[in-house]
Amino acid sequence: MAKITLDQVRHSYLDHPASPDDWALKQLDMVWDDGGAYALLGPSGCGKTTLLNVISGLLRPSEGRVLFNDRDVTDIPSDRRDIAQVFQFPVVYDTMSVFDNLAFPLRNRGVPEEQVKSRVHEIAGMLDLEAVLGNRASGLTADGKQKISLGRGLVRADVNVIMFDEPLTVIDPHLKWQLRSKLKELHQEVGVTMIYVTHDQTEALTFADRVVVMHDGTVVQIGTPVELFDKPRHTFVGHFIGSPGMNLLPCEVIEGAPSFLGHRVETAEAVAVPTGARQLEIGVRPEFIHFAAKGLPVDIVRVDDVGRYRIVRVNHKSHTIKLVVPENVPIPDGKGHLVFDRARTHVYADGWIIT
Amino acid sequence: MIDKTTNQRAWFLVLPVVVLVAFNALIPLMTVVNYSVQETFGNNVFFFEGVRWFEQILHSERFHASLLRQLTFTGIILLIEVPLGVAIALTMPKKGPWVSVCLVLMALPLLIPWNVVGAMWNIFALPDIGLLGQMINGMGFDYNFTQQPLAAWFTTILMDVWHWTSLVVLLAYAGLSSIPDAYYQAARIDGASAWSVFRYIQLPKMKRVLTIAILLRFMDSFMIYTEPFVLTGGGPGNTTTFLSIDLVKIALGQFDLGPAAAMSLIYFLIILVLSWIFYTLMMRNEEQ
Repeated sequence: MAKITLDQVRHSYLDHPASPDDWALKQLDMVWDDGGAYALLGPSGCGKTTLLNVISGLLRPSEGRVLFNDRDVTDIPSDRRDIAQVFQFPVVYDTMSVFDNLAFPLRNRGVPEEQVKSRVHEIAGMLDLEAVLGNRASGLTADGKQKISLGRGLVRADVNVIMFDEPLTVIDPHLKWQLRSKLKELHQEVGVTMIYVTHDQTEALTFADRVVVMHDGTVVQIGTPVELFDKPRHTFVGHFIGSPGMNLLPCEVIEGAPSFLGHRVETAEAVAVPTGARQLEIGVRPEFIHFAAKGLPVDIVRVDDVGRYRIVRVNHKSHTIKLVVPENVPIPDGKGHLVFDRARTHVYADGWIIT
Repeated sequence: MIDKTTNQRAWFLVLPVVVLVAFNALIPLMTVVNYSVQETFGNNVFFFEGVRWFEQILHSERFHASLLRQLTFTGIILLIEVPLGVAIALTMPKKGPWVSVCLVLMALPLLIPWNVVGAMWNIFALPDIGLLGQMINGMGFDYNFTQQPLAAWFTTILMDVWHWTSLVVLLAYAGLSSIPDAYYQAARIDGASAWSVFRYIQLPKMKRVLTIAILLRFMDSFMIYTEPFVLTGGGPGNTTTFLSIDLVKIALGQFDLGPAAAMSLIYFLIILVLSWIFYTLMMRNEEQ
């Protein structure tokens, strides 16, 4: 068990990175607390897997240090970091039985055979693999093989961190739900740090205590699901998390107050625009906009009923705004007026929140 | 609904293939079968002889000797070429500019015509003027492949290894490069040793291509003719007379068409049966 610290970590796959785009990871300084359940969330190609491989030691970062507790492990190979990692696609040793597959990480480290046996049975029981323990691993379905991969990640009791790289991609939806709850359960039981990489926000928000959102090689926000929802630090978090994503409206500052096309908007934070900001935006989630008797005049374009609530698309001049209206709240006909929740309306300068 | 009509016209589409196979395989094969049960004294006059030629070949000491030489040769080159090929494939770079350089270098021996390979090695190994022959003699060994059976075998095997190990390398390399990185990464995290990685990841993933490599090398080496014919002519004496060289001697040297045809068929059946046994043995685990 360990606290994991990334100290000014940068990584590039090129030998001589020149432009900022050459860096797969741009400057990371962060701490993963011991025993946390983290989700690493971001779109494909944002550097999630690179970050994971830096922690596991499969990649040596171009710059910076990785610390486990206070020990510098930057140059220590994966097998001596005491970590476990589960990959996106199942990795099984085809010629071995399921039992031998699960026992492999233990046997390689000279764990006594009785202990191997009890540990493998424990993990197999947890993943419903007991019935097939004696079978050859190559004969299993994709689901079964991925369970073996998961099992090999979970089988060692003495790991610092277990990392999952989109492990449920190949798994059936109903089993996905079941396995994710199992992982969560397991986390509460053994308290080992877990990092779960995914590009699926539901997966991230249900698994994790803390969500790390990555975008374009940087971590844009670390926070609880509620923090990410109520106060996205970056417009990317605003539109990546939530469905539909956050509304972003052009913003000018008139007499010290933020305005949207001349219409004054009350925001959570007092606006102190940093000098040199090129683009100002007002960000507000569809959940925090309501129809009212007066406010921003809009034309209602379209109403989509998605079950428990309705998504309403409205236009103000050429700008489209989306809002979420609960079942029992009436929607005005044709034209209406909007008000924004002041506490959840934020101003962003070049993508970053102004506080 | 689509109306489905049933007729047999599709068979016409298969006809070209049937005709082609008939002309390049069935008809020649049947001609050989025809010869194998008849005796001829020329002028296209044939007498039916039944299975006499088959009995004669199967009891011939000469045939037994060639077959033994053939099995020994094939066994030795398989034992050398397969492990060597795998070892070379394992040391080849996985990415970068050197990949294509290595692949081209590896493919070069495969592109050289067989009689040229024989001629090259003949001159290369000549004890008086050849580079290899001179070197071996210079190191103090008495080496002359035109007179010593052991030296002739050594040279023939070396030539075959030089010519064909590349095939195993290329196939094994193809097998290796199909292994996703995640396997190696998982093995590193699982703390697997280099031997475990080879034993549990690389070897199982290469199994199919290695099966093909072994079968190809088995069949090809069992039918080897041109290279040893040009290199040693089957000599000294009969010491490097493999099955196909012997067969040509009977068929075209002595013009004994009947016995030669019978021998061809036996030869063919041996290859077929051995290939089948190889394949079944190697694929046995797959079905479990």
